[in-house]
Amino acid sequence: MTHYLFLLVGAVLVNNVVLVKILGLCPFMGVSKKLETAFGMGAATTFVLTVATGASYIIDHYLLLPFGLEYLRTLSFIVTIAAIVQLTEMVIQKTSPLLHQVLGIYLPLITTNCAVLGVPLLNIANRHDFVESLLFGAGSAVGFSFVLVLFAGIRERVEGADVPLHFRGAAIAMVTAGLMSLAFMGFAGLDRYQ
Amino acid sequence: MITALAIMALGAIVLGAALGYASIRFKVEGDPLVEKIEAILPQTQCGQCGYPGCKPYAAAISAGEADINLCPPGGMDGVRKLADLLGREVKPLEAEEKPKQIAIIDEQTCIGCTLCIQACPVDAILGAAKQMHTIIEPLCTGCELCVKPCPVECISMQPIAENIDNWKWKYPVFEIKRAA
Amino acid sequence: MLAQLFRFKGGVKPQTNKTISVQEPIAQAPLPARLFVPLHQSIGGAPNPLVQAGDTVRKGQLIGGADAWVSAAVHAPTSGRVLAVEEHVAAHPSGLPTLSVVIEPDGRDEWIERRPVDHQSLPPERVRELLRDAGVVGLGGAAFPSHAKLTPARSVAMEQLVINGAECEPFMTCDDMLMRERADEIVRGIAIFRELLAAREVLIGIEDNKQEAIAAMHEAVLRLAPDYRVVAVPTRYPAGGAKQLIRVLTGKEVPASRRSTELGVQCFNVATVYTAYRALACGEPVLSRIVTLTGNVERPRNWEVSLGTPMREVVALARPRADTGSFLMGGPMMGFEIPDLDAPVVKATNCIIAASPGLFPPPPPEMPCIRCGACAEVCPHELQPFELYWFSRARNFGKTQEYYIFDCIECGCCSYVCPSHIPLVQYFRFAKSEIWAREREKQAADAAKERFELRNARAEREQAEKAERLARAASARTSEKKAPPERTNAVDSPPAAAAGEPAAAAATDADAIRKAAIAAAMARARAQRELAQPKNTDRLSAEQEREIAAVEARRGAQPATPEATAGAAGSGAPAGPQRGE
Repeated sequence: MTHYLFLLVGAVLVNNVVLVKILGLCPFMGVSKKLETAFGMGAATTFVLTVATGASYIIDHYLLLPFGLEYLRTLSFIVTIAAIVQLTEMVIQKTSPLLHQVLGIYLPLITTNCAVLGVPLLNIANRHDFVESLLFGAGSAVGFSFVLVLFAGIRERVEGADVPLHFRGAAIAMVTAGLMSLAFMGFAGLDRYQ
Repeated sequence: MITALAIMALGAIVLGAALGYASIRFKVEGDPLVEKIEAILPQTQCGQCGYPGCKPYAAAISAGEADINLCPPGGMDGVRKLADLLGREVKPLEAEEKPKQIAIIDEQTCIGCTLCIQACPVDAILGAAKQMHTIIEPLCTGCELCVKPCPVECISMQPIAENIDNWKWKYPVFEIKRAA
Repeated sequence: MLAQLFRFKGGVKPQTNKTISVQEPIAQAPLPARLFVPLHQSIGGAPNPLVQAGDTVRKGQLIGGADAWVSAAVHAPTSGRVLAVEEHVAAHPSGLPTLSVVIEPDGRDEWIERRPVDHQSLPPERVRELLRDAGVVGLGGAAFPSHAKLTPARSVAMEQLVINGAECEPFMTCDDMLMRERADEIVRGIAIFRELLAAREVLIGIEDNKQEAIAAMHEAVLRLAPDYRVVAVPTRYPAGGAKQLIRVLTGKEVPASRRSTELGVQCFNVATVYTAYRALACGEPVLSRIVTLTGNVERPRNWEVSLGTPMREVVALARPRADTGSFLMGGPMMGFEIPDLDAPVVKATNCIIAASPGLFPPPPPEMPCIRCGACAEVCPHELQPFELYWFSRARNFGKTQEYYIFDCIECGCCSYVCPSHIPLVQYFRFAKSEIWAREREKQAADAAKERFELRNARAEREQAEKAERLARAASARTSEKKAPPERTNAVDSPPAAAAGEPAAAAATDADAIRKAAIAAAMARARAQRELAQPKNTDRLSAEQEREIAAVEARRGAQPATPEATAGAAGSGAPAGPQRGE
């Protein structure tokens, strides 16, 4: 049981997918201008990522491995993720037009979010079983949403600050992200407590 | 090789079928984005964007046919709001930005031809055939559409003067000299 | 008589500087050579001018009528002649002009007929109307028409009527002097307001640094209305804010963007009550007000000044010292620098302070906000001024509203305590007026859109109606033509002859109809042409007719033009072939 807990905490904080593994930076920089958008994006990514890890595990174990087709992993994962994202977009557009509008073009961008592809691949590299895969996926997604929301909160404040002209916009955002990444280094070792 | 092809084809068919079913099942009518865009536009109905009114322009932006920087009455402020809403880059305005204006009819020259009344998109001109016309100032949006049709060139655009009712407190500014 | 007092949160204790201007009693300021009475002196609708240049007015005559429920009338402060109704610089931080009535006093100071009324014998609506037409507005500085505040809420019974004599602004003593000298009138005025509101209890709040005023009011209350309570409240700025005084006296806290009426409390300034009493019991509308002249002057004092007196002349009464740089209207906390001393004294002018660099040193340079929170501690409305500042400065107005910028009363406590000397209130004023401007624009845009859509709908409807009319007319014509073909006989005889037998004429029928239609159209066009012809030939004198006849005769006599010959040949043509045959 503690094993699962450590896996989850590790995915959320210690091996944070954005700030430690430096994956999924595109939406991290792009959708973090407003807090509401960040929440929406976080929720959507969490859903997609969790489903994608589960689906990838099944495809890998029951389709690719039995036929020795490991070399098709990346390709088939991308196709699966794209389909899931499309499905999610349609469902959101129908059920919550507001969220769909808020997410705008970033929803399709989840397809190309490297975190969403990276986490299933990491699952396989780490030889996680199905439950572990799902936990790791969900944990990474929660970690992604967490830092996205934190970052959006900081950026909303920074917008009103006296930033030197040449640092305005993306530059100060990068600096902020770097500082946050440094801060997350402080969680190192939290998942190894025995 | 054959297995690989078969499996990929199978995957493609299954996913395609799922997506196709979803696109029918979750079909959305209308575009709520148009209304949001239209709320940002200044409703001058001036047509300076190249579309016959604010709503068609909003529809064009939503469909991705028009750029967001075509609305001179909205100004840079409007462009910024649109960029914010749509997640696009802020672009400089196509035309130059003018201060807010309203049309004034020179009542001595007016011959009462009613051409400007027909041109006004927001019913801000009052008059009748062979009677003097006048602009109802609070209703004028400054679209300039009435200026061209006037055969005697009696309509001019004038910037809105500052008065006590529309006066605004200024942003506090300090001299650098004093602060140094 | 010891009442339990409550505390409002925050507040500051600036040096009051009040004693200098209470040494002498209130004096009557002399009439100036010209009075500039602005028509718009209260919140709400601008009154319409009722006089024009050249009119003679008497003291107290109505010169601007209230145009809406929330609006207050304006009167001539003395008798004289109206020189003009024109734009004159206003007592406003912008220094922009406003429509004003310029009156040249004749020195006789003749009153109109004053009609004192007994408010008890009149229905409350009538009393409110009288107050509006007497121009009674809140004289604490906001100038909100008082009659609009005198309607009790339908759902909540009015429990307390709070009379505001706190006067918390430093330097200002006009209410203090009024209470000392005219306590009886104030107490009698309170009775009017209490009756209108049917208030259970009356609380008169006075800051405890005005012992003479408290004593005078006590004495008057004991004599005239012993059930009123005069309460000394601790001196702390802004105890005179309506919501703060209500909190201190009743313990009720008015929630954000709600009115105190909903809690069964209403608050009026003592000077407002006084003018209401004068208006009803003496029939005298609001023509003057008490203005404190103080600051860097030789002779600080309170003056009763006629409304419309240019501030330059009022200021001269106090003899400002040589190093006076500028003048403030209102107190040092909430007032503003007068941009132009030609601006007149208005109902909201409670105090004019001569400012000198010694008295009000120029503010030190603004430093960055260090988020120390000193401003939040003193804010009487429990806002977070540092957050408001952050977002106002970044022009993020949506966020400022999330932090309740419109609950800010601009009391200036935050600016007063800010260790970085940030003029916080200026930022808030800036943000508020930007938000208002945006709101106005939004409303205008929405209205324009609605008109545009209505116009489009109208155009469509008209087009549809026109099309329908045309279709109806066309069908009517065809059926008409089908029924009586005889009418076409005169035009062309051969087909008409065939049309005599309808059964045989089926082939030629369509042809006939078309021809008939053309003929009818030509007839209509002729009729229209005749209608459109100039009408000056309708009624001609005999001589003119003779002249025309002569011209026509000349024209007929010379068939030289080709058209004329062609016409003649054409007319003879039908005969030609017959002859040839």
